[in-house]
Amino acid sequence: MRMMSRISRFLRHNAVAYMFLTPWLLGFFVLTLYPMIYSLLLSFTDYDFTMPGSTQWIGLGNYMKMFGSVFGVSEFTASTGELMRVDPYYLKSLSVTFTYVFVSVPLKLVFALAVAMLLNQKLRWVPFYRAVYYIPTLLGGSVAIAVLWRKLFEKDGLVNGFLGAIGFTDLPGWITNPNYALRTLVLLTVWQFGSSMIIFLAGLKQIPQEFYEAANVDGANKVQQFFAITIPLLSPVIMFNLIMQMIGAFQAFTQAYIIGGGRGGVLNSTLFYTLHLYIQGWTYHEMGYASAMAWVLLLIIGVLTAIVFRSSKWWVSYGVGE
Amino acid sequence: MRVDALKPSRDTLTADRNRKLLRSITYHVFIGVVGFVMLYPILWLVGSSFKGPDEIWTNTAALIPQTFYFENYANGWAGYGGVSFATFFKNSIIYAGLGTIIQVTASAVVAFGFARVQFTGKSFWFAVMMLTLMLPIQVQIIPQYIVFSRLGWLNTFLPLLLPRFGGSAFFIFMIIQFIRGIPIELDEAAQIDGCGKVGIFFRIILPQLQPAVITAAIFAFYWTWDDFLAPLIYLNNPNLYTVSVALRSFADPAAATDWGAIFAMASLSLVPVFVVFVAFQRYLVEGIATTGLHGS
Repeated sequence: MRMMSRISRFLRHNAVAYMFLTPWLLGFFVLTLYPMIYSLLLSFTDYDFTMPGSTQWIGLGNYMKMFGSVFGVSEFTASTGELMRVDPYYLKSLSVTFTYVFVSVPLKLVFALAVAMLLNQKLRWVPFYRAVYYIPTLLGGSVAIAVLWRKLFEKDGLVNGFLGAIGFTDLPGWITNPNYALRTLVLLTVWQFGSSMIIFLAGLKQIPQEFYEAANVDGANKVQQFFAITIPLLSPVIMFNLIMQMIGAFQAFTQAYIIGGGRGGVLNSTLFYTLHLYIQGWTYHEMGYASAMAWVLLLIIGVLTAIVFRSSKWWVSYGVGE
Repeated sequence: MRVDALKPSRDTLTADRNRKLLRSITYHVFIGVVGFVMLYPILWLVGSSFKGPDEIWTNTAALIPQTFYFENYANGWAGYGGVSFATFFKNSIIYAGLGTIIQVTASAVVAFGFARVQFTGKSFWFAVMMLTLMLPIQVQIIPQYIVFSRLGWLNTFLPLLLPRFGGSAFFIFMIIQFIRGIPIELDEAAQIDGCGKVGIFFRIILPQLQPAVITAAIFAFYWTWDDFLAPLIYLNNPNLYTVSVALRSFADPAAATDWGAIFAMASLSLVPVFVVFVAFQRYLVEGIATTGLHGS
């Protein structure tokens, strides 16, 4: 009875709130939590979408399939007694993705900050310039721009046309050359620095002008002011941008899919993690294995985000000048 | 006379003004040139969509065609496999339009619950919601796909639209931040007048929420318009393709030949997003800035 009255009191106090929360809670349980548990379980099976009836529990088989080559294994016997082959492309997709994330995200943030500092002035034209620099971000995520990019960077594309006109010879096909294909994707990503730029710009506006005036009086030059005032006061915004861009970059898919023509490009040089996962799950119907890949991706993003948060006490300053 | 002596001479004044002018010109030229280089690919795409087959790969670098060749648009609009871009645009408008309305409405309701109603477990659920921001869609989409296919929902818009009734953590967070800026005294006054939470939401908060809702709607619209993975997975019938999936097939490297038509449809696919941007630019910029800053 006491239990019942407790429940009814809880309901009386919270019914209204949970009514407002219902859409999200339903979505969370039905479309997030349940699928997460489901995919974690799938990751320990050999679930094939076309033959769900023959699904077997294979323990860590899928994880071995991913990382077997680290231990110098190319084939192994699963717990079912079946012979499984290690995925020869998994580590490649991992390294492509890490390279992409660790090159494109810092470059993007550097450009975003540089342009934000240039635009941090009280001029009538600034809103127009800000819009111009934001347009690539606005449109860049589309299939249309990815298709355009593929065309611009092909062997006889516009980019080589320009480079040829200013005297370069022996130009490669940037998309078809495995040494350069990933760089075109990095460039495409860095080009879209607009969101980070706008966030930096808003952050820069919050730094009191008096700080710079005081530094001027003390004889600090612009570079010293940048490292002593701008960077520390902007560090919370830098962290926010870093985390958001990093999480986004690990999940990049559309651009790689289009530029690689639905595959990983020449010699898998643009085989993004998400693309490899899509191919395993939907081209080969290996959804057990794809689920295991998804969970490793979640772990990677979680660990890296945690590292950035943990490291923040060394480089992010809060409340200075408040 | 003594006052005059303290004034800088006319020469230094002019020199100073000249230096300022020069700096200002350098600044605008630099920003302008870099901006032009950044926009060049997009301008080139649009320019090339008007170039005839004889011009497109000969007068390559030009942004403005010698003769405007509008047939590219007619040829592109005809689509492929007997399905025209009218169908693809219709599908994209259904997905982006309904998807946006559902997602933003749900997000506003949930945001009010978090921002203005006290309840047990609030900070727990808020933390859970923020954590879901980090989740890659890949951990959910495989089971979702399996379940939706068992329900017979492949090749329908249900798997694309239904999840949006849960709102989006990103927009919920954005709207919460906005509601926190609305004076709580308004709620209290309404409460004294006998208004319940539901009444407060509809009469007090919702009318003031317009800027946040518009910002969320713009983002929802353009992310949905550009969405590729979900339509690629769930819609395998060309009659259901959205513009992004259709463009992918239309520009397939193995088959593509009529690049004028491809560029025309690619340009056209950017128009809705661009128009929304021009119309609501102010909301967009403020939205990005406030969400980012409050988040830090």
